[in-house]
Order: sequence, then C-alpha cells, then structure tokens
Amino acid sequence: MLNAIKAEKNLRQEKIEINIQNLSKVYKTNNGSFQALENVSLYVKNEEFVSILGPSGCGKSTILRILAGLEEPTSGSVQVSGEEVKGPSAKRGMVFQSYTLFPWLTVRENIEFGLKLKGMKQKERKEISDRYLELVGLERFADSYGKELSGGMKQRVAIARSLANNPEVLLMDEPFGALDAQTKQSMQQLLLDIWKKEKTTIVFITHDIDEALFLSQRIYVMEARPGRILEEIDADLQLFQDGELVDVEKFMNVKKHIISLLKH
Amino acid sequence: MELQKGKRHQWTLFKIREDIPKKWYFTGVSAAFILLLLIWILLSNLKLVDEVFLPTPAAVVGSFFAALSSPEYWGEIGISVYRVFMGFLLACLLGIPLGILAGTFKLAESVILPVSEFIRYMPAAAFIPLIMVWAGIGETAKILVIFIGSFFQLVLMVADDTNRIHKDLLYASYTLGANRWQVISKVIIPAMLPKLMTTMRLIMGWAWTYLVVAELVAANNGLGYSIMKAQRFMDTESIFVGIIVIGLLGLIIDRCFAYINKKLFPWAEGGN
Repeated sequence: MLNAIKAEKNLRQEKIEINIQNLSKVYKTNNGSFQALENVSLYVKNEEFVSILGPSGCGKSTILRILAGLEEPTSGSVQVSGEEVKGPSAKRGMVFQSYTLFPWLTVRENIEFGLKLKGMKQKERKEISDRYLELVGLERFADSYGKELSGGMKQRVAIARSLANNPEVLLMDEPFGALDAQTKQSMQQLLLDIWKKEKTTIVFITHDIDEALFLSQRIYVMEARPGRILEEIDADLQLFQDGELVDVEKFMNVKKHIISLLKH
Repeated sequence: MELQKGKRHQWTLFKIREDIPKKWYFTGVSAAFILLLLIWILLSNLKLVDEVFLPTPAAVVGSFFAALSSPEYWGEIGISVYRVFMGFLLACLLGIPLGILAGTFKLAESVILPVSEFIRYMPAAAFIPLIMVWAGIGETAKILVIFIGSFFQLVLMVADDTNRIHKDLLYASYTLGANRWQVISKVIIPAMLPKLMTTMRLIMGWAWTYLVVAELVAANNGLGYSIMKAQRFMDTESIFVGIIVIGLLGLIIDRCFAYINKKLFPWAEGGN
C-alpha cells in the first residue's frame, strides 16, 4: 500500500509539467528585426524547481512572459500541463521583479484578489488568506497597505498572492533582484521552505549564479544575442544543508563551470 | 565661537532642496505677505498712487464685508459657482471616460489624443464669439466656454494618468486570472483615482479662469460681470473685492479637494 503511494508520487513527479519546443521570438524594430530567442527547448517536471540563468538581454524574461501567456511566440510550441499556452491564466502565477502590489488594497485583500475574481465566498477566502499570510510570516501586517511594507515584505505578499490562487506553476522573474543582500538571503530560504511545503512547480529567472545554485534542482544556462540555451546543469547536488554551504569544493567546481560557459 | 555657529546656521538654511525648520519656513511665508501688505499700505495711504487706481487696504476690507453682507453679491457668487460647476461637471462626465479610454487602448488613443492636443492650443477665449453665434449669450454659452477651456486639457491629463500605471501591475492581474474588463475596472481605475483627483483639482482652477473670461465678455451677472461693472464706474475697490472673492473661492475648493483626496486614498504614496 505504502509502496503504491510512493510509486504514484514518483510518477507524479516525473510528469512533465512544462514543455517548450523550438521556441523562437523575433521582435520587429525600427531598423529590421531582433532575434530575442532562437530555438529554445526546455522542460520542467512536476514539483521541480528550475532556474533559467543568463546575462541581461539573453531573453530569459521573454521565455517567462511567453510561458505566462503575456507574450506570443514567433514560432515553436509552449505547453503547460499538456495544453498549449494561449493567453494569461490564473493557472500560471507570476511574481515580478518590480513590486506589483495593488497599493489600494491591504495585504490580505491583495492575497485574496485572485480568489475574489473567481467568485469565492468571503469565509473561504479568509481561510486561504490566513493560511498564506502565515506561510510568508505576515499575519501582523494583514491590514497594512503596500506603502507601509519593506521591499522584502512586498515580495512576500506577491508570492502569497500567487500561491493563494493554487497555480499549476509559479513563474518568478528575478523576484529578489531589487532587494538588499541580507533580505535577499532570507527570502531565498523562505522560498525554498515554501516550495518544499507547497510542492509547487517553480521556474525561476536570475542572473545570480549563487542564487540559482542555492535554489534549484536544475539550471538552464543561456547566452545572449540571440538568446539560446547553452547547457542544462544538474544542480540537485546536496551542496547546502539548512541553508549552509556544506560542499564547498563541488560548489566551486560547478560555479567555475557556469562562469566559463557565460564567458565564452 | 558664536560667530562660527551663526555661520553654520546660515549654511543649513541655504542647502539645496533640503528641509529647513518649520519655524523658518513660516517666517518666510509671513514675511512675504507682510511685505506685500506694507508696499500696498505705503503706496495707497501715502497717496503715492492715486486712490482711483489703488484703494487703501482698509477701504478694500470695508468694501469686502459690505459686499458679503449684501444678498445681491451672494447671488453673483451663486451664479458664478453654478456656471463653474456645470462646465466642470460636463467636462468631467465626458472627459474622464474618454481619457481613460485613450490611456488604455492604443486605437482609442490614436482617435482621441492628437485631436485634443490640436484643439488644446486654440485659446478658449477665442471661441467666445463663435459660441455666442452658436449658443447666444445665455447660460449655455458661459458653461460652454468653461467646458471648452477645461475639457481637452482634462482628456489629455487623464490619459496620461492612466498611462502612468506600471504595466507590470496589469500583467500581474492577468496572471491572477483577471480578464480585460476586470483589469480596467479592478486595477486601472482604482490605481489612477488619486491621480485623477489631483488632475480634477488642477482643472477646477482652469475652470475658474475661463469663468471670468466668459463673464467679462458676455454676462449681466456673476463675479466676472461685477468686476467689469466696477471698472465702468472706476470703482477699484470692488474690482479688488471681486478678485479676492474669486481667489478665496478657488482656495476653498482646492482645500476641499486636498482633504477629500487624503480621506479617500489613505494608501496613496507621497500624500497631497
């Protein structure tokens, strides 16, 4: 019986959640066209944490926006849960680098925004927002407005707001890019804890190698002009324990390898 | 030692864009008003300028209270306030939806903005003869002048207010499941409300300006007309009173807007 449950769990985790095949994106500009993405293929398994790492201008955010349905691909196929992405949907939650809190709503109302759109009753909404307020540690700020919060707290609200919608995947576009070093570190730990608890599939965009290695199970390294995937790196190496780096040698080796990839 | 301290003090008062103690700020404000009053007293009471051109402050104050105690003058105030509000209301009713539309859809922008931009540069006062041909010299004519003066300005500013909402805010709401209509009604409109109020506050100032323009040219009542009439009788005191009353009305309305803004949108950054 237990084995059967385990087997089913494995099967679920092996399921491909995101499948991108030969994705290209060309932008028309005033003087011709600009190839932002060229033949990008990648996959993300269910409950997996995958980072897309690359320099600015490599099109990594474009991939995410196409996944979210906010932009259309020029060619190629983008599937989430076996369905072609046709436009934005609550099934694919997104956290942005800029603070996207609705400033006229309190923290709780922000978290309940998506639920309210779905027409959920207030009692049910409150149960869910209570749960996510606790998950991100903002119970005391439930009735505060955005202007009273720090940058890190705003991003915690953004994460809670996306997760409250119970999305199939969580897309994160350099969410900690604007935070100071200490806040960034505690947010990374928080995100990892949340991921383990919630078992959400996460695609994380960053240009920070340490961040990608700390958070993800797999990393896609990209280059710019045109945006292409250079290599897929296995990052599930038990480099960290309780947030501390334990295998310095292996960490440095992988990091050096990624640096050499990006230099080339 | 004392001298050095004094010197340092001066420097802190003249730091570029830095705050100064409130006490000093209010000293500056009152000094400016007192200076203005002193110059006025000097010029009028010492008869440096003829009384006909510049009445004494005391005469103006007397005339001010005399005007406020006469029911006819309140009638003039009433009709002017009515005209301003009607013109302003009409401009808002049409201009705000059009501005939001232009700030939301590029196609609407292409239809609305260039035309408004074009007409905005035509002085509203120059329309007065045309308006008199179209609408005569009744109430409609005055309201129309105020409307033309504020409407095109309002459309452009509301479109800009709408445009300033960060795109990521709209993207975020899409990924939370909002459809286009919900993005407009639940995100764009609430997000722009504080800015809209500030814009309306500014446009209200314009509306008063155009009221006076309309009443100076073609009216037989209202504050602008009372100024005009006073000029005919060389009654400079009343001209002063008229200008001051219009200024005070503007100030009161402006403060009301600021107060409402603060009460309605406690979440807005920056404050008012």
